[in-house]
Amino acid sequence: MKSTPDAPLLQVEHLRTVFTLAGGREAAAVDDVSFHVGHGETLGLVGESGSGKSVTALSIIRLVLPPGRIAAGRIVLDGRNLLELGEEEIRRVRGPRIGFVFQEPMVALNPVYTIGYQIEETLGVHGLARGAAAKARAVELLAAVRIPDPARRAREYPHQLSGGLRQRAMIALALCANPALLIADEPTTALDVTVQAEILDLLREMRREFNLSLLLITHDLGVIAEMADRVAVMYAGRIVEQAPVSTLFSSPAHPYTRGLLASIPGGTPGKRLASIPGNVPAIGQLPSGCAFAPRCPDRFDPCAVKPETTPVAGAADHDVRCFLNDVRAR
Amino acid sequence: MSALVDVRRLVKEFPTAGKLFRRGAPFRAVDEVTFHVDAGETFGLVGESGCGKTTTGRCLLRLIEPTSGEIRINDLDVRALSGGELRRARRHFQIVFQDPYSSLNPRMRVGQIVREPLVIHRIGTRDEQRARVASLFELVGLDPVDAEKYPHQFSGGQRQRIGLARALALEPALVICDEPVSALDVSVQAQVINLLLDLQRRLGLTYLFIAHDLRLVRQICDRVAVMYRGRIVELAPAERVFSAPQHPYTKALLSAIPKLAPGAKLERIPFDATLFKRVELREIEKDHFAAV
Repeated sequence: MKSTPDAPLLQVEHLRTVFTLAGGREAAAVDDVSFHVGHGETLGLVGESGSGKSVTALSIIRLVLPPGRIAAGRIVLDGRNLLELGEEEIRRVRGPRIGFVFQEPMVALNPVYTIGYQIEETLGVHGLARGAAAKARAVELLAAVRIPDPARRAREYPHQLSGGLRQRAMIALALCANPALLIADEPTTALDVTVQAEILDLLREMRREFNLSLLLITHDLGVIAEMADRVAVMYAGRIVEQAPVSTLFSSPAHPYTRGLLASIPGGTPGKRLASIPGNVPAIGQLPSGCAFAPRCPDRFDPCAVKPETTPVAGAADHDVRCFLNDVRAR
Repeated sequence: MSALVDVRRLVKEFPTAGKLFRRGAPFRAVDEVTFHVDAGETFGLVGESGCGKTTTGRCLLRLIEPTSGEIRINDLDVRALSGGELRRARRHFQIVFQDPYSSLNPRMRVGQIVREPLVIHRIGTRDEQRARVASLFELVGLDPVDAEKYPHQFSGGQRQRIGLARALALEPALVICDEPVSALDVSVQAQVINLLLDLQRRLGLTYLFIAHDLRLVRQICDRVAVMYRGRIVELAPAERVFSAPQHPYTKALLSAIPKLAPGAKLERIPFDATLFKRVELREIEKDHFAAV
């Protein structure tokens, strides 16, 4: 059951997650998504609202709830396809193998239990520690995520903590069963920029101390630039481009990636921003060909058909789902 | 340029819960804030949550009653206005809110929403109002045909355009933009910002731009005031704030913005909140003020 040493920790292949819409029609929120996360690597999954990045994360931990369901694909962790595991087995993956951190710690933490109790309970569920040992371990974990005065904080309730401290407690909870992979879904979006910087610094330290692989989901390309080794850009349920972070910023190949990078205010005072016309299409209202075509400045005849992912010529590890790439290659 | 907005020593205190029969010490959300906004300029009010920037904006329009201080807009003493006078004066200063989902009445057609200020201020006949709504729709890049639809039928970016059309209906001189794009996706955010820039050029608008996104503020503001704990700690031309920050808090804030360059060295400057002192702004260099 062990994976070979050079195989990636997580391999997602052709994942398709669909939702049943009113009227019984099914629409794909995640469509033909493939990527991997290597040991010790940070993969940034970037996209705007409705791009399918959060549904991808929920699919990996098998928490897609009806009317959604995983319709196709493989999600391989430690050499096992998670989609073939029973409920009992997947519960032993959530926590001990994959930890997760959400945007809103206030929602993810239980408001009626103390921070310490929630960690102790989780340690108990996974059979890691009980009683006094669990109490001590909880305080240790809070100290590990740099919460000042951890023994006192362990006795407090989530509402007594600031947003930044709550997110630290959430990270402690996610790390308590010593997972190999941490999925962080917009972990700093609800935070102020100075608190965001502290949490990003903490995630970087935890990555090293706990020897973690990180799947970091965000809409913020600044966070990506600071944290990720490689990036996958999602648009309308599909990965449209994948590349090492420096390649993505220096030579983006997909018109959507280029538009996204250009629309970030860069600080030329008084100048108009480059913008992408139109809106992100709603699930179930995607065009039949390339989903970005209606907003694309470079669209041409082939875009009426759904493009496949192809490697960018002359670049290592750089894939794009765009017909322009074929033109360039020729 | 003359000052369109002049704010002096503005204070807003909120009561806090105290002990039995005794009130707690009031909380100062806005603490002796002084600034002016020139006609035609974009003035940025930036800071993190709880710094008092939104409360300051609302005090200016008396959506929140200030505790003390002076507010002059268009040479009107805003604090001295009676209820009726205030309503009439509000023609000249409008506000656009952050949340395009909750700031529009879901039961009204968007055409009605944009027309409502004209009805309240009894401007024009029915037909003239309809024509004005149509031209406002075109002004903000919406199809006038869509006036019959309801807010839920629009995307976030389009709703923000509707809010803007409504704010512009009365041809205000000043528009307070309170985080106008922070709920929008990046690609759509840029569209709305460009629209704001275009409208300013065409209509000669003055913006008080309240935001936490420092990159955005740098791009569109002429001058910027940085707020911390209810006080302005630094005030300068935008470029100066970003290239030569003087206050330790401004330095910390700027150093926390993720750089858009992978592999760039991280140089975080910590700020020790316990060392924060309430000192007056002083002019460090021409037009560059800092509370140091």
